[in-house]
Amino acid sequence: MTVSVAPTVVKTTRARRGLARQRLQNLLPKLVLAPSFILVLVFVYGFNLWTFFLSFTNSKAFASTHLVGLLNYRRLWDWTFQSDPPSNWYTAIVNMGLFGGLYVFFCLVLGLTLAILLDQKIRGEGILRPIYLYPLALSFIVTGTAWKLFLDPGIGLEKAMHDWGWTSFHFDWVVNPRMMIYCVAIAGIWQTSGFVMAMFLAGLRGVDGEIIKAAQIDGASAFQTYRRIIIPIMRPVFLSAIIILTHMAIKSYDLVLSVTGKNPGGAAELPSTFMYSFTFTRNQMAVGSTAAVIMLMTIAAIMVPYLYSELREKGR
Amino acid sequence: MSAADLITSPPAREPARHSNLTRVVIYGLLLLFAFVYLIPLVVMVMTSLKPLDEVTGGNMFALPHHLTFDPWVQAWGEARIGVSDTAGIAGYFWNSIKMVVPAVAISTMLGALNGYVLTKWRFPGHKLVFGMMLFACFIPFQSVIIPMAVILGYLGEIGNSLIDATGYAFGFGNPTVNLVIVHVIYGLGFTTLFFRNYYEAFPTELVKAAQIDGASFFQIFRRILLPNSTPIIIVTVIYQFTNIWNDFLFGSTFAAGDSSPMTVALNNLVNTSTGIVEYNVNMAAAIIAAGPTLFVYIVGGRYFVRGLMAGAVKG
Repeated sequence: MTVSVAPTVVKTTRARRGLARQRLQNLLPKLVLAPSFILVLVFVYGFNLWTFFLSFTNSKAFASTHLVGLLNYRRLWDWTFQSDPPSNWYTAIVNMGLFGGLYVFFCLVLGLTLAILLDQKIRGEGILRPIYLYPLALSFIVTGTAWKLFLDPGIGLEKAMHDWGWTSFHFDWVVNPRMMIYCVAIAGIWQTSGFVMAMFLAGLRGVDGEIIKAAQIDGASAFQTYRRIIIPIMRPVFLSAIIILTHMAIKSYDLVLSVTGKNPGGAAELPSTFMYSFTFTRNQMAVGSTAAVIMLMTIAAIMVPYLYSELREKGR
Repeated sequence: MSAADLITSPPAREPARHSNLTRVVIYGLLLLFAFVYLIPLVVMVMTSLKPLDEVTGGNMFALPHHLTFDPWVQAWGEARIGVSDTAGIAGYFWNSIKMVVPAVAISTMLGALNGYVLTKWRFPGHKLVFGMMLFACFIPFQSVIIPMAVILGYLGEIGNSLIDATGYAFGFGNPTVNLVIVHVIYGLGFTTLFFRNYYEAFPTELVKAAQIDGASFFQIFRRILLPNSTPIIIVTVIYQFTNIWNDFLFGSTFAAGDSSPMTVALNNLVNTSTGIVEYNVNMAAAIIAAGPTLFVYIVGGRYFVRGLMAGAVKG
């Protein structure tokens, strides 16, 4: 009896062990993903909610839990229209519009121009393309440092022009508080336009050759082919580029500090620098959080529909 | 074919035929643009090789008259950064290295595992999980730095009480450790995105076959997926390396003084308002700060572009 029982016991424990292993194997993928997902859940979504909560409190130098309702939002709303003398938030909004508009527009124009020029069966494309792209490898601090020197009226462009005999040349934007934001835009465009070129170049090279051949047979000029056929086909690339650029413009922070030399007097204020200085130097954390929430909402309004449509297309 | 491969491949269609004049205009424009993109870097290098009086008195486009490497020596080992006592940017350079290497390694490893699970071991809701991780890539970090500062403050307190109790902080409150944590967490979205898109195209049949042969979850990952992941690992490492090395916001918020990374030190050096501005030293420091990422770009340009394109969510 004992002899006949033993094997069945072994068999059932083995089966049970196998079942447990199977279960573990099924659970394992989720266990592997869980730490990352929990980190993101807490440190991204939890922290966003925390910041959102802070925007309803009266936090000063330290986080407080004393709720003040919509007071901070009302304050920012009032500041939005306080143009004389301009409030920091008003300057930040105006600069955001100026910087963002110029940055997105010129990156698109330059990127598309370069991509079209490079797409003409150019000899030496392999040398030119990396030249347009290398600024992307630099940090914004390095870019800002370079452009600050380059545009400095005392030793940079203005000085060089004077040396060469063009004595009436005048360009002091980088030290002129009213014009600083344009220098930030120049440096930003220099840094990012190569990226847009790469996006457009990929788009151009993906266009079906047959369509273009047909257009050429119909007698369309090169210009007409681009204007009427290729550029309309690339509409999705334009959309992606605009969205990515806009979100980068809103997040711009280091570039402002380095081009302007720590943003003297808040002349080149953007929402990002506004948030930072109110939170960490002016001890108005609640106002800073409110600005952060507004930045987050703006980016979410742009990125969420975009990511949603991108993921859906991939799923198909 | 991925977007990045499209860039490096020549146009498939017949090139437009241009007259000689048009050709000249096209090349002229391309060279002009190349000049504009290169000139700030060229001016930086030339300025860093001039003595200061030649920088302030001469033309920035002129070649160095008295070629000198002193500004580089000064920037590396002698220049005063802000109010710090340590001389030169050498220490900050190593701070950055100590932060970048573990952060890149950990975030890439986790990204690979996440991508593997999200493509080959799908579960209900995998799309939502991925979507949430993806959106995390694009949030403005301003919306998380206040809570992060509070949490890192707690970690610092734990470190202090650990020192009281055991004499050793175990990394709690260490600025470099803090920055590694921060960069791993906020880099997870991108690394997961890269590996997910790459493994999406990897034949699931191979994974299924290995499963039938009794291979375990980790065996399949190690023996089948990892050996075939070299390109995407390079892309991810380059992307993360560039991003983390170039970060300024986190570095300036969570690491102060002597423990700052390179970018923060450079900004402090350049924007110090005391004394005469040593432009040549500043430029040498800026080139040193740009060195590692430029080197990576020159060596792995193709992978760099692939990372950029994937970061724009175009697979």
